[in-house]
Amino acid sequence: MAYQTRTGSLDAYEKGVIELDDDLRKYAFSNIFEVANASQPFERVAVVQNLEYTAEVVRSEGESGWYAAPHDEFAIVMDGEITFHFVKLEDDQVPSHEGGAVRLGAKPNGPNMGRVTARRGHQVLLPKGAAYQITSASPAVAILQTCDGPETVKRWSEICVTGKEKA
Amino acid sequence: MSNVLEAKVAKVGTDEVTGYSSYQLGSFTFRRDEYFAHVSWPKGSHIMEVDRFLRAMVRDIGWGFFYGWIFFDDIFGTTNHYGTVDIFAGSYDRGCKEAGIDFLETFKAEAVSEAFETISRDWISEGYDPLNAPLETGTPIGPKGKERTDPLLRAFIAAERMLGLEGDTPLRSEGAGQGINRAFADLEMSEPDIECEPGFEGQLHAINLFDHIARSDVTWNPSISAVTRANICCVTSEEHMLPVIHGNDRNEWFIQLTDEIHWNIADKESGAPRGRVVMKAGDVCAMPADIRHQGFSPKRSMLMVMENGTPDLEKRYASGELKPYPVDFG
Repeated sequence: MAYQTRTGSLDAYEKGVIELDDDLRKYAFSNIFEVANASQPFERVAVVQNLEYTAEVVRSEGESGWYAAPHDEFAIVMDGEITFHFVKLEDDQVPSHEGGAVRLGAKPNGPNMGRVTARRGHQVLLPKGAAYQITSASPAVAILQTCDGPETVKRWSEICVTGKEKA
Repeated sequence: MSNVLEAKVAKVGTDEVTGYSSYQLGSFTFRRDEYFAHVSWPKGSHIMEVDRFLRAMVRDIGWGFFYGWIFFDDIFGTTNHYGTVDIFAGSYDRGCKEAGIDFLETFKAEAVSEAFETISRDWISEGYDPLNAPLETGTPIGPKGKERTDPLLRAFIAAERMLGLEGDTPLRSEGAGQGINRAFADLEMSEPDIECEPGFEGQLHAINLFDHIARSDVTWNPSISAVTRANICCVTSEEHMLPVIHGNDRNEWFIQLTDEIHWNIADKESGAPRGRVVMKAGDVCAMPADIRHQGFSPKRSMLMVMENGTPDLEKRYASGELKPYPVDFG
């Protein structure tokens, strides 16, 4: 028997259903491709929040600014191809805020570490101690495993099924 | 929490017809016949289809009793207190409570692990692996056969920082005899391109996570792929049904990576149905801390689970300090 694995993309995804005798907001049900389709390039929209921890959807299109975090982050590419460029930070350049990514004013002046090009299903380490830039020739989507931070965008009422959507 | 018993598992006897042994832990007795597992306690007894019972039991041990409540079915299960474990029967079932036959005892976690491993080892014969999908293994019904000699239990694969990093948990691979599962044979797999500048070799890291998941030979058995502080990202391949009903002691999140899973949702305390959630590729859904959930995956699928492993978090939810749902919509 030949199986067909169903994945989603910016152009083609099918959202599931949530049918509960409960307040649907407690479940914060959303779809990452739907979120990415409604996002500006490189907005980091939270789709998961576990106290101080988040997973954020990013629509990669063109060239982002430079980001760094005081902890490891991870990116999983869900659609398209994304290149991550890395620059080594000096110890005093590593962000010291509580958590989450911060956008740097410009490319840091440290040495280039290299780059990783990732496609659907690839997971990339965004290590503490490095700044990174995200680039894509065509629109692409990634999930970022990180912490709630200054770049985290929250618009839960817009992205989640609440049961009060207009028909 | 009740007093912790100092009990250990003990063999009660062996059925001459089926060949299976029965066991006792505290006031609970465990017996099986050709089709069913039987659990007895001073005030009552319960019967479960043996495949369902064994699928639940080996996962419960492998998960280290996981987070919170593991219901083997609506009646029987365990609750993890991280060092001690409750075994309960009917404690979260309205009918049993009203009949006064509900029962709960608390043991050291090692004692429950030893008991469940002993029972599983005796009750599982060659040709049957309860961690495999039903289409990929034999049946546990019938009399006792030859005992398995291979590892019966595969626990969590737990990366410390990220899978595949030097010194961390390795990725599954063809070379290790871990082939791509039949249900993911159609997926195009490629490796990420890593280009390090001189002097930074080994400092950049990326993996094909889908390839790692596709090579899993077990179902409903998450492995930790990446860790941000206490934020644990787990991935797992799911097929057929989650053989337990999970009632978490904290909020957790699911991200459906491929295909679809149907989740039945019920009230954690009473088991009263609340409805269902069908998650398709790209869907994200929280599982609040006041529910039970059980998943059904018609085709093998890939699921990501995000857990907050902050110590003592369960106490903050139990006390009401934290809300049993994760997002404040403002």
